Amino acid sequence: MEHRLTTPLTKEAILKLKAGDILYLTGRVFTARDEAHKHILNALSHHRKLPFDPTGAVIYHCGPLLKKTENSWQVVSAGPTTSERMTQMTPALMDNTGIRAIIGKGGMKGVAPLFRGRCVYLAYTGGCAVLAAEGISRVINVYWQNLGMAEAVWEFEVRDFGPLIVGIDSYGVDLYEKVLEKASESLKAIVTASDST
Amino acid sequence: MSIISRDFFVTNIIELIIQSETILPVDTVIALENAWQKESNTIAKSQLAAILKNIKIAREKKYPLCQDTGIFIFNVTIGKNIVINFNINDAICEALRSATETLPLRPNVVHPLTRENSLDNTGDGLPDITFNLTEGSDFEVYVYPKGAGSENMSRLAMLKPSQNREIKRFVVETVFTAGGMPCPPIIVGVGIGGSFDLAARLSKKAALRPLDGMNDFEQELCDAVNTLGIGAMGLGGDTTALAVHVNTAHCHTASLPVAVNIQCWANRRAYKKFI
Repeated sequence: MEHRLTTPLTKEAILKLKAGDILYLTGRVFTARDEAHKHILNALSHHRKLPFDPTGAVIYHCGPLLKKTENSWQVVSAGPTTSERMTQMTPALMDNTGIRAIIGKGGMKGVAPLFRGRCVYLAYTGGCAVLAAEGISRVINVYWQNLGMAEAVWEFEVRDFGPLIVGIDSYGVDLYEKVLEKASESLKAIVTASDST
Repeated sequence: MSIISRDFFVTNIIELIIQSETILPVDTVIALENAWQKESNTIAKSQLAAILKNIKIAREKKYPLCQDTGIFIFNVTIGKNIVINFNINDAICEALRSATETLPLRPNVVHPLTRENSLDNTGDGLPDITFNLTEGSDFEVYVYPKGAGSENMSRLAMLKPSQNREIKRFVVETVFTAGGMPCPPIIVGVGIGGSFDLAARLSKKAALRPLDGMNDFEQELCDAVNTLGIGAMGLGGDTTALAVHVNTAHCHTASLPVAVNIQCWANRRAYKKFI
């Protein structure tokens, strides 16, 4: 099924998304990778307010490449980075902010049950950095720029950003896990066949 | 007398780097188009369509295909009759620094322990430049930008010489463990034999070989990998690998090194023949 949603995302909106559905997103997304996650969690553990509002927000695992023009920033390429690196920090992020969606690539192993009733994981095609940049209409703001271009939090305005595939839905169904379960059976068959020859 | 000037060389290497980042080689585009055509899984088909669209935009806009513009590998072939009166390593580094600013490339190169970024994509040992010496009057340069997502999923095993049937298992297991993380559809480079480090180099060479057909053993490995059904981006599908390439070298009678190097769909490569 195909959906079009606008941020900030409500709980009702994400409950309609099922693993394997296609989604196009309009509104705002915040980039965050390794260092930004550490900064967000550090701020929250010291009860400091974040410089942006995470309620209903979409977090994008992305270290973009931008070009500085006279008065603004131009997004050159902004594809997803491997989400697995952020897996350990994600439960605390979901517990302490009101984020409703995470965009990334490759999935996040073993955390699907924690998405139940509150959040979805959306897969953006890895490596499709210029296609992603086409879906970003404007740079709204940048936070923690001292972390460097790739690690800072960029607030992007997006329009029909996608196709995003619902990789983990808010019922805890993990599309990647299903694929790997099948792959695991095929692997066993290959190993058994080569052992018996 | 030098056969070409340093300025001419640097300008052309900058162009070559830009070409490698913005235009995917035709063999890879055709392989991706074929994969899209025969894909039976609708999710995988949407991913392959996005990839093909991305390739087209990058070529038209002269933008890097992927924001991970990689670390740089250069392969220089020089014939014995060629006279060059400048330091090729320095000239390549200068071209890379310049392209980092102009294209731009993402500054990806950091110190391995302090993680301090050099900001210009050069550092100790990088770019990785190798030279091949030939008999004639050749002067050619290949450039390969290599992203980390796929490189991080590569593995090496020192198998026992009696374990040659383990090779297939090791290759398929490596792809299985990598799942969607190396941005499939991938190209799998397998290095068999040599030594610990030679096997790794063979596997990288195999991964970077043009997609111009596979022998029976490579086809067997490729079919085995594709039965996993990991598919484009690990979301399930028919094509997990576009190809499996195997390069071999003789090895010690007591050894069987096997290395598997993974290349993402952004199989970037550019070539310039100077002479």
